Amino acid sequence: MQFFLEVLIGGLLAGVMYSLVALGFVLIYKASGVFNFAQGSMVFFAALTVVGFAEMGVPFWAAVALALAAMAALAFFTERVVLRPLVNQPQIALFMATIGLSFLVEGTAQLVWGAQVHALDLGVADEPIEWILDKAGMSISKFDLMASGIAAALVAVLAVFFNKTRTGRALRAVADDHQAALAVGVSLQRIWVIVWMVAGFVALVTGLLWGARNGVQFSLTFLALKALPVLILGGFESIAGAIVGGLIVGASEKLAEVYVGPYVGGGIESWFPYVLALLFLLVRPEGLFGEKIIDRV
Amino acid sequence: MFYREAGQFKSTYAADQQLFPIRQDRIAMALLLALAFVGVPLASITPGIEGVIDFNYWYNGVIIPFLIFSLAALGLNILTGYAGQLSLGTGAFMAVGAFAAYNLMLRVPRMPILAAFVLAGVIAAAVGLVFGLPSLRIKGFYLAVATLAAQFFVVWALTKFGWFSNDSSSGVIAAQKIVIAGYAFDTPVKRYLLVLAIVAVMALAAKNLARSAIGRAWMAVRDMDVAAEVIGIPMMKAKLLAFAISSFYCGVAGALFAFAYLGNVEPQAFDLDLSFRILFMIIIGGVGSVLGSFLGAAFIVVLPILLDIAATGFERAAGIAVPAGLVSNLTLILFGALIVFFLAVEPLGLARLWQVAKEKLRLWPFPH
Repeated sequence: MQFFLEVLIGGLLAGVMYSLVALGFVLIYKASGVFNFAQGSMVFFAALTVVGFAEMGVPFWAAVALALAAMAALAFFTERVVLRPLVNQPQIALFMATIGLSFLVEGTAQLVWGAQVHALDLGVADEPIEWILDKAGMSISKFDLMASGIAAALVAVLAVFFNKTRTGRALRAVADDHQAALAVGVSLQRIWVIVWMVAGFVALVTGLLWGARNGVQFSLTFLALKALPVLILGGFESIAGAIVGGLIVGASEKLAEVYVGPYVGGGIESWFPYVLALLFLLVRPEGLFGEKIIDRV
Repeated sequence: MFYREAGQFKSTYAADQQLFPIRQDRIAMALLLALAFVGVPLASITPGIEGVIDFNYWYNGVIIPFLIFSLAALGLNILTGYAGQLSLGTGAFMAVGAFAAYNLMLRVPRMPILAAFVLAGVIAAAVGLVFGLPSLRIKGFYLAVATLAAQFFVVWALTKFGWFSNDSSSGVIAAQKIVIAGYAFDTPVKRYLLVLAIVAVMALAAKNLARSAIGRAWMAVRDMDVAAEVIGIPMMKAKLLAFAISSFYCGVAGALFAFAYLGNVEPQAFDLDLSFRILFMIIIGGVGSVLGSFLGAAFIVVLPILLDIAATGFERAAGIAVPAGLVSNLTLILFGALIVFFLAVEPLGLARLWQVAKEKLRLWPFPH
């Protein structure tokens, strides 16, 4: 039982990290209807920029600020070069365009900063908290706990931003109905830039956390792939869904790896979330919190 | 002027429905096939050519992969271009084909290799059918994720279970020699001719499929699935057939990839990157076009080579060493930029540019 709990909590904490990636997807999908495959590359790009500047001797906070500026520039670039020419195209075309964008971002990031693995230290080590280990005999990582704290803070900040600020309300209006938002004078183009910037900010936070854990390296881009089943479980339009979906995926994949993995040779983490999401889709095609899909001819 | 069909009258339905209705197209196609089947092999065995052009490199490094990727792109184009179901699992279906052909050759005594290729395609089609089942309930990105499940699951299974690779410790399979009726296809020229023949036959079949009842059903499903169902197109049959036939093409392409191109393959050769590469081929070449599959494959195969040549040329001319990884990163950037460019400016790809060129040739020298 104790072992089960330990695996469960470890999985939930890892799930928080998935939720962070999924969050970036949801933000962009809500506001622009674009399924942004490049979110993983943005995570990689942001983390690499911070580490790159930090290794040049720039103080950490300045490196973060510079990375934020780079993400903002990327948002402008994306809106101008990818989104604007593709307005009114089918969603699937935009999705494929973001696959192209992800290659563009990955290539640029490696061209500027090189392809080596960089270490990133946020000052909290990835080691078990001692008093829980003593009291309950479970090993729960300090770092994971801090990551979930940061994730919670991020979601809170986003919630305030979306509900209390003028821009945030405009974002929600666009997410609800593009045409109605245009009619009351919201500039779609401006909103798109802002939402891609916010997604860039989320990508930066995600990149720092994942980078501190696994090293800043190319495999960060595969996070986008991990986030897909999370989104399917949670629904594309729901922030709450991204969080819950992430927790479910994190917990279930760890539990499956520990309890089912040994029977089939292990390593099932790579595909288990997909199959889980797939089975879920057959029952509820719009995800846990997604809007009901209605087809009209 | 160069491309006028004036005076070519069609007096029967059959003549009107033929694959290449315009005489110039027929002549051009015949010339192209003659060049591919006779001209290229003849040129490569001309005495004295070895010093001028390295034909072995051209066959192994450019032409054979181009033909195999064309076949895979054709398979994906049937599913994504004609039937409108986005798939990110092409690599997995190719892997199934490659490993199925290997195991058939290994375990079935006196298996003819062509039959093994066909059966490998059939097995890939069966796997494609299973992963196509969710398409009956879901579509769009959701379906793309379902095909991703196929991608990861198949590569994982092929790596994990030693039976598939005959318990080779690294998971690498060594494809058997290609011998048909006692005749060994052991030189690049012979392998090229074999691949070319298979690809030509399958491309012809695809072109025919596209204008058949099932091809029209696919296009109806692609353009508006609910409307297609309302006018009586059997949705389940159309979608599942698209998955099966597409996977069949990818499976045969995968078998050729292992047997005629690489020789030794591991499951990781069929990773997500390969799937993306083939998706890029059809985006750049032209979605929903047989010609586009070939153009796109040619483009994606040749572009990195050209960049490499340009980099070495630059190194020699400027005397500065190009940093390692620069070329591969530039290729990444260029691929990405091209995808965005083609989707935004020419969603129908290179095939559409060819159409435009034909229109221009027809009217030349007049503007209208």
